[in-house]
Formats: sequence, structure tokens, C-alpha cells
Amino acid sequence: MKTVVVTSGKGGVGKTTTSASICTGLALRGFKTAVIDFDVGLRNLDLIMGCERRVVYDLINVVNKEANLHQALIKDKHCDNLFVLPASQTRDKDALTEEGVEEVLKGLEHQGFDYVVCDSPAGIERGAVLALTFADEAIVVTNPEVSSIRDSDRILGILQSKSRRAKEGREPVKEHLLVSRYSPKRVEEGEMLSYKDVQELLRVPLIGVIPESEIVLQASNQGTPAIHLTGSDVAEAYLDVVARFLGEERELRFVSYEKPSLLKRIFGGA
Amino acid sequence: MSWLSDLFGPKKPKSADLARERLTVVIARQRAENGPSPDFLPALQKDLIEVISKYVQVNPDDISVQLEKQDNYEALKVNIVLPEFTMR
Ligand SMILES: Nc1ncnc2c1ncn2[C@@H]1O[C@H](COP(=O)(O)OP(=O)(O)OP(=O)(O)O)[C@@H](O)[C@H]1O
Ligand SMILES: [Mg+2]
Repeated sequence: MKTVVVTSGKGGVGKTTTSASICTGLALRGFKTAVIDFDVGLRNLDLIMGCERRVVYDLINVVNKEANLHQALIKDKHCDNLFVLPASQTRDKDALTEEGVEEVLKGLEHQGFDYVVCDSPAGIERGAVLALTFADEAIVVTNPEVSSIRDSDRILGILQSKSRRAKEGREPVKEHLLVSRYSPKRVEEGEMLSYKDVQELLRVPLIGVIPESEIVLQASNQGTPAIHLTGSDVAEAYLDVVARFLGEERELRFVSYEKPSLLKRIFGGA
Repeated sequence: MSWLSDLFGPKKPKSADLARERLTVVIARQRAENGPSPDFLPALQKDLIEVISKYVQVNPDDISVQLEKQDNYEALKVNIVLPEFTMR
């Protein structure tokens, strides 16, 4: 079993959107996958996955042994081999412990899961650290914007010091950079850092670029992970990310901006 | 307006360039602050044990070398516990 954390430091950069699409992409490839919402107190993943009405038990219930994994895991509405473990709405953030999380992951491994995707909360506090503690791989979601990039660098430092792999001196957590909410037009105009800039600053291998798109809002309105909206740029970009994650080569798409012709600029046009 | 300034306007400094410069500094500083402790510490500890052992008998465990970070400087703290029988 592989544990993958989706993390960022900064809030609102697209971790939950990414977690939902990546776990779905892995399931679509045939892997038995679970996605865990680590955002204790601010659960969101259930809404993005569209399973909010079926939440009965949550991660903390499992940790506290008030429910077993079988009872708490919610089967995804699209994929038979995908399961959601929602976060608790409790205000007590200390309810989650390292031992508790370790136990839950062991349980999932025992049930034959291939992948566990951990949707990290924002910040660099306890919740975010717990989400990355047991990671084998990390997807660091970064917006091409100063505070997001700085926070990503901080979370990389934490991955390299606080993960189990780091503490036990094993092979380090495999890091991937995912640049999200990318606008090729604004990059072209010099108003936004390019994905190459971000990659050079953070020096982590790039796993993909997700364009800024209203499709994401549409997807969250429906409670359907964006990767299902086939044909859209965001869905295609996430499918590429999953392929690269599985070791396949894919060329980057949706990263260049075609300037409209002069005539089009004068007379307008869609 | 925008195509006019595209065609004839002066080149404005790009804000993305500014962002890149600022981040280069910020990240370099952050990595220096949070980075792992320098890897010369174990070697330094070993050397210290050798030198001190020339004069007094010490146990390797009795020498500790630590780097302490204050706000804007670093201090190297070396702690050596001498065995009692060497005190005269
Ligand atoms: N590629 C994108 N294009 C446009 N909007 C996006 C994109 N990705 C995410 N968003 C929007 O950004 C907001 C934050 O997304 P999301 O909840 O995935 O971020 P998060 O990192 O999980 O946030 P938090 O730190 O609060 O958990 C949402 O409103 C989402 O619709
Ligand atoms: Mg989130």
C-alpha cells in the first residue's frame, strides 16, 4: 500500500480539489483507493466527493474505536473501488493522534487497499503534520503566487524533517510539485510566475499544471470530482497527473497562451 | 486600449519578475534557517574526543556538540564532562 499526502501549507490552493481528482483517477485505473479527510473540524472532502449525505462515522470515530473501518468508509458513487473516510466536525483537534492514524492506515493496508490519499488541512500545525507523517509520496499543491510558494517551501522542510521516513532515516518521501490555478494568459503578460519559475524556486519535480477554470466550481456544485468532467481542460490535466504519478510520460498541456489575432482584438470575438 | 498599449506603449516592468527575485531570497533564507544541522557536527565531535583524550581520559558519550539557533545568530555549544578521578 502506498500513502500519498496532498499538502500545501497555504489554505485554499486546491488540495481538496486535487485529492478528489487524484483518488478518483487512481480508482479509475483499477486501484483500490481510499481518501482520508484530515481537516478535523472543517470537513469538505465529503462535499467535493458528493457523499455528504452518507456520512455517519468519521476518522475520529475510527481512531476512538467507536466505529470500525467497514462502518466508516463510504463507497464512492462513481467508482466501486474508491472509499471516502470523512473528517470529524469536532472542535477538539487533539482527538487525532499519531498512533490513531497509524492504526487506521494499518487497517486499510490489511483490507487490501493499494493507495491511500491524505487530504491535508492548511497550515503547518498538528493536523497538517499528522497528514504527512506516514506519507510515501507527497503532492505539494502550489499556486503561482508568492505566499503559496513560500508556504510550499516550508511544508517541504517539514516533510523532510517530520515524516516517519525522515525520522527513521529511510528513503525520503517522494515529492511532486503540482502547480494549480494556472493562467497561461497572465503568465504571458508577465503578471504571473510561470510553472518553470515555480519549479526552479522550489526544486521539486513537476507532476503537472492545472489551469484556472470555472469547471472546478461547476464540479464542486455538483459534488463530482473535476476529473470526471471529461473533455474539460482541468479533467484532462488531472488525468495526465495521474498518468505521470503512475510513471507514464505525458507532455504538459494547457500551459501556453495563444494570443488572439490583431483583428480579433479590434473587433472582439469569442 | 490594451492592444494599443501592447503595440505602442513602453515596456512596463513585469510583476512576475519581481516576485521571482523576492522569492529567491526568501526561500534561500528559509532553507538556511530550517535546514538540517550542518553535517560536520559528528566529525567535529570525533575530533574533539581525539584531542581531549590526549590529555584526559574521557568517554565519547561525555562530549556533546550542539548548534543552537538564536534569533539572528548561531552558537556552537560544546559540553565536556570530565571524569572525577582526573580532578586533583
Ligand atoms: N484549478 C482551479 N480553477 C479555479 N478554481 C479552483 C481551482 N482549484 C481550486 N479552485 C477553487 O479554489 C477554492 C479552494 O479549493 P480547495 O478547497 O480545493 O482548496 P484547499 O487547498 O483544499 O483549501 P483548504 O486549505 O481550505 O482546505 C475552491 O473554491 C475551489 O473551487
Ligand atoms: Mg481542503
